[in-house]
Amino acid sequence: MAERHTDLIVASAPHVCAPANTASIMRDVLIALVPALAVSVYVFGIRSLVMAVCCIVFCVFFEWLVRKIMKRDNTIGDLSAAVTGLILAFNIPVRLPIWMAAVGCFIAIVVVKQLFGGLGQNFANPAIVGRIALFIGFAGPMASWTINSRMSQAILDVAEIDATTGATPLGMLAAGQTLPSNLEMFLGLISGSMGEISAAALLLGGIYLIVRKVISPAIPVSFLATVAVLSLVFGLDPIFQLCAGGVMLGAIFMATDYVTSPITTSGRIIFGIGCGLFTMLIRVYASYPEGVSFAILLMNILTPHIDRLTRHKAFKPAPEGGAAK
Amino acid sequence: MGLTKRLSGVHVDHRKNTAGMPIIPMPVPEKVYIPMSMHIGAPCKPLVKAGDTVKVGQLIGDTDARIGAPIHSSVSGTVEAVIQGMTQLGKTDTSIVIKTDGKQELADTVVPPEINSFEDFIKAARDSGVVGLGGASFPMGAKLNIKPGTVDYLVINGAECEPYITVDHAVMLTYTRDIVDGIKAIMKWLQIPNTIIGIEGNKPDAIKAFNDVLAGDASIKVHELRQIYPQGAERVIIYECTGRKVSYGMLPLNAGCIVANVSSVLKLQHYLKTGLPLVSKYITVDGNIVVHPQNVEVPVGTMICDVIEFCGGLKEEPKKIVLGGPMMGRAIPRDDLAVMKANSAILCFNGAFAGQRKETACISCGRCVAACPMGLMPAKISRAFRDKDVEMLKEYEVLYCMDCGSCAYVCPARKPLNFEFRQAKAMVMEASKK
Repeated sequence: MAERHTDLIVASAPHVCAPANTASIMRDVLIALVPALAVSVYVFGIRSLVMAVCCIVFCVFFEWLVRKIMKRDNTIGDLSAAVTGLILAFNIPVRLPIWMAAVGCFIAIVVVKQLFGGLGQNFANPAIVGRIALFIGFAGPMASWTINSRMSQAILDVAEIDATTGATPLGMLAAGQTLPSNLEMFLGLISGSMGEISAAALLLGGIYLIVRKVISPAIPVSFLATVAVLSLVFGLDPIFQLCAGGVMLGAIFMATDYVTSPITTSGRIIFGIGCGLFTMLIRVYASYPEGVSFAILLMNILTPHIDRLTRHKAFKPAPEGGAAK
Repeated sequence: MGLTKRLSGVHVDHRKNTAGMPIIPMPVPEKVYIPMSMHIGAPCKPLVKAGDTVKVGQLIGDTDARIGAPIHSSVSGTVEAVIQGMTQLGKTDTSIVIKTDGKQELADTVVPPEINSFEDFIKAARDSGVVGLGGASFPMGAKLNIKPGTVDYLVINGAECEPYITVDHAVMLTYTRDIVDGIKAIMKWLQIPNTIIGIEGNKPDAIKAFNDVLAGDASIKVHELRQIYPQGAERVIIYECTGRKVSYGMLPLNAGCIVANVSSVLKLQHYLKTGLPLVSKYITVDGNIVVHPQNVEVPVGTMICDVIEFCGGLKEEPKKIVLGGPMMGRAIPRDDLAVMKANSAILCFNGAFAGQRKETACISCGRCVAACPMGLMPAKISRAFRDKDVEMLKEYEVLYCMDCGSCAYVCPARKPLNFEFRQAKAMVMEASKK
């Protein structure tokens, strides 16, 4: 008589699953942010790394604390709070006082994410709202840019005239000053928020995410293409517009946030075009030099409607008299 | 989009560890337990009682119902009892317990059927005891009982898109000519002008074997399917082979098609040729703890634990045993249950493989939406199901889900999506009754 086994696990098919899980996806995003962090440390110094670590620690701590208070499962293991922390750090100037950064982390994790129900439930990108809150609440410190000798000569020249403001390429463009070369812009030898400066490093991270199938190219490509096309329409240099400010960081890492962007490919293309459109409208017509975060936030709000608009229809024969028979 | 749209799916590791292995006949076990309900439709009534002597191929269970398939003894021996007990389908049913004598003598009734008309052919298809061996277990006699001349495509399913399973592959290589003969018989009596044999591209030798046998026959074609799960799902293979769409609420017949699995056609042909009905099954025994993974021919009614023992037993304590492939197969609570006609694989896994996966929150990544071959939006359906929102479930067309599990396979939050959808479908059906 063969040996019998009578206490087997019964579960619904499928009994196998793809290797990617939420934590591995978030880990890939963190890995993809490393090149931009490296450039940031090179350009701004070790303070950049300190700021990144602080923001990650604050975000993870707030996530842990708020879930504990609300008597919910501990979710810091999914690494989504760490991603929010690092992306928020990328969105602030390197010399921002640490306590202000902590305020941004609190708003991102507690107010925007956990009060709406945690991962997957928030309607807006936590890092973006954190950045906007800081930008409005601490306007001065959020626009005080570090300048040093690693940056383009054009930026140093401007800094001699005006050491505190106006030294980001978009500010310089608005003020009609001589701009850094496109190569310097692309590499990131400029001032700005600590993680947004290097288009090259951000693109490298984006390619990693696309190769790993973490993100689809739909949003970054449509976002960047729209910015480029509208630059030409407005008579601006598209390379400069793509490399300046937060476009690369936004298009690759923030507009692609799964939770707050559409779920279908066609929806994602509409979303990306919208982000690019509002970014350029704000840059050209509004009183702010930069519009990426407002553009993405606006599109976040439209996401449920885009999803409904681009709803898939089930596979079925064409109704009456079509190709069915 | 539009006309050129190809159906989605998922890339699953093939894990065809037993590919190229011959089918080894397993010696008859001491006892077999033959369930009276192994097919869709009415269960059979036992025609034998304790103490009766039976032979291989002897009719031991039958039904008058239109949808049903007779059941034959897979062994020669003595009926020990007619019992009520749990079957692998998870319900209590009648089974005939036969103590084998090891002689495997054929019943006198095992003679090739004489076929002179469509009615004879349908009777033979029914008497063969064959059911849909791809897993659906729909009785062949009922499937083929259509008005001759009303179907333009016979689609033969040789996709075998589930991981691990290789018996259909082995069957296609070993019995190519028999399968073609079976196809021709069906085409002849049902007056079907065209046949398309769909085979996934990972089996080029099977495609070649058919092309060699078919050389020059314009009415039977081999179609190479993409290597993506679930190419073998009925609606998918019909679309891939003929371009016709069959969806919820339709039968392949509505699109002028009949679909049959290669093994089903082979078993039918064996009956037409020899008169031996379906009494044994070709089964892949694999997983990650089987000592000798292989393809075996098993008498129907053999206990699953006996089959595992024949394959050298297990290297460690099993935690999960799956009948069929890992994408759509059924996990059974215990292995002292009988092999049924539609089983194609016994897969045994240890705790590391079977470990319960922790479900986390949906992050709307869209992988399920991209994976669904039926073009549904599983993430949205899941949310509607959680909210018990029947109107949303209808709007997102949950009834068109065919339970292939592609969405749950790719879900990084490990949500049991298709499991939820089965319940969601029941909710929608219930609501529409009111």
